Amino acid sequence: MSEAMDIGGPAQPLLIAREISKHFHVRGGAKTSRVRAVDGISFTVFKGETLGVVGESGCGKSTLARLLLHLVERDTGELIFDGEPVGAPHGITVAALRRQVQMVFQDSYSSLNPRMPVQDSVAFGPFVHGRGKSAARGVARDMLMKVGLNPDLFGPRYPHELSGGQKQRVNIARALAIEPRMVILDEAVSALDKSVEAQVLNLLHALKQQFNLTYLFISHDLNVVRHVSDRVLVMYLGRAVELGPSEDIFTRPLHPYTRALLGSRPSMDPANRIEEPPITGDPPSPIDPPSGCRFHTRCPFAEAVCAERSPELGEWSERGSHVAACHMLDAGSGHSRAVQ
Amino acid sequence: MGDTVMLAERPDVREEQAAPVTKVRGYWQTVGHRLRYDPVTLMFAAIVLLIVLAAVFAPLVAPFDPYKESIIGRLKPLGWRDHLLGTDELGRDMLSRLIYGGRVSLLMGVVPVLIASIVGGALGVIGGFAGGRTNTAIMRTMDVFYAFPSVLLAVAIAGAMGGGIINGMLALTLVFVPPMCRVAETATTQVRSLDFIEAARATGAGTLTIIRYHVLGNVLGPVFVYASSLVSVSILLASGLSFLGLGVRPPTPDWGLMLSTLRQSIYVVPTVCALPGVAIFITSICFNLVSDGLRSAMDVRL
Repeated sequence: MSEAMDIGGPAQPLLIAREISKHFHVRGGAKTSRVRAVDGISFTVFKGETLGVVGESGCGKSTLARLLLHLVERDTGELIFDGEPVGAPHGITVAALRRQVQMVFQDSYSSLNPRMPVQDSVAFGPFVHGRGKSAARGVARDMLMKVGLNPDLFGPRYPHELSGGQKQRVNIARALAIEPRMVILDEAVSALDKSVEAQVLNLLHALKQQFNLTYLFISHDLNVVRHVSDRVLVMYLGRAVELGPSEDIFTRPLHPYTRALLGSRPSMDPANRIEEPPITGDPPSPIDPPSGCRFHTRCPFAEAVCAERSPELGEWSERGSHVAACHMLDAGSGHSRAVQ
Repeated sequence: MGDTVMLAERPDVREEQAAPVTKVRGYWQTVGHRLRYDPVTLMFAAIVLLIVLAAVFAPLVAPFDPYKESIIGRLKPLGWRDHLLGTDELGRDMLSRLIYGGRVSLLMGVVPVLIASIVGGALGVIGGFAGGRTNTAIMRTMDVFYAFPSVLLAVAIAGAMGGGIINGMLALTLVFVPPMCRVAETATTQVRSLDFIEAARATGAGTLTIIRYHVLGNVLGPVFVYASSLVSVSILLASGLSFLGLGVRPPTPDWGLMLSTLRQSIYVVPTVCALPGVAIFITSICFNLVSDGLRSAMDVRL
């Protein structure tokens, strides 16, 4: 099925996001202020890969996921799905996008209708897309089987009768029931126990092979992201700070924020314990973000230029390109530590 | 399919499958099953059924003609001659009048609530799902009605439009729309912010489809339970309207009206005069207890 829908060929990235941003208006007291949840992010998702998205809480990861599915209307920027702009007159419609991109939510309980047997929740997608009720039910039973749940046993149950891991399997089945090409996993395994998390990750891996899927894997768990991702996007306060192949990012991070983030992981080796916190304090509020480089308020290498100008991410369109938005990587930036 | 077999045979997956086998039932089957083990609700439901049946088949059940007057047999106590529950101030048989009166009282109890659930429920779902200004407009309008005590509002509307059964029912409907709307709105708002609505939108479903398959199922329960508890309120309010002369016109038998006309005779035959009140009391308490039982039986999460 995926082959037939592949329009641009394997070299065409499945999804290109260009400078997309979303500012929420919040009313607080006399004036309204803007939360810059996602502020001009650009990246590419290649066909068949898993792109990991990491960052602290509140950095805009979930808003980004909702923007990609048009669950939240973006303010500016462009979204190109398989060579076709989304929502533009000459591109594909939002409905067509949602036919091909699906999402698995973090909260496995609230993402299933509590008064609907889970097989009906799974069947809803195919039903909406024109299958008859019984045909949709058949698809649902098939999908439940594929995620490792016996449809006779679990299909007619209600969400509260399933465990967290089982519910998340149902959510995955629901996302895959309309045969999407890309699945956005928004903290899909974060709420699960470690052992169940491993099972679900293995399941996701198997399903990816079977259905030829592309994943956007959003998580705050760096070890999991390293394990599953081909490439990784690091976000900070609504911006992309680093983008590159997973191993590159984890072995030789370029951006000071990525280094701090990696340094904050607990070590398995007691001799190698972290004495000093690599990064302190909370990230600044996205309502009134710092000028220039967003990270300069917490960066140990910050200089005057960092507060003045915003660093560029660089050229990110290649599969192997490893780029970071930092003045220290830009020879002409005027930063004293800039590479020559 | 090859992968499926492999997956089902993996030990970690198989272990999860070993969950205890529970008997699976549909939603209404589950509700029915729970009610079967709730003798209190069943008993009161039986009484409600009895009252309804008596009202429906009043001509067959009633021992006398409810309109037949008798000068000599006025205000007789319980069990006087063949009159099991005595006679009223015009010598009419009380039992027959109570049975016939149930027709009007039940009609006034059920119809306004039914219409109000549909109208108020629809407004609440629309407001709750649309949110924002639409919701504010609908709910603030409802709040205006809320500002009046329900009895006063019913009396005012019925008084302005004149008496009669139809006008009384209309007045009661208007009284019940705001609370019904609020219940539906609250349930909708609670559901709307949950991820499964977002997930349904992500599958490409339109607003109407989402409301029909995902919202209504979650709103119907609370609305239904609230409506069944309102029936008793409606019977009481209708009786009150009749008592004030704004509902049913004499000589039509109606519990509220009977209570009103008999009150002058309370020192002559107190037991007989209290009977319409007892009928109202029993009916409303039965409806209340049945609605309580339904509430717990219909919550799938319990």
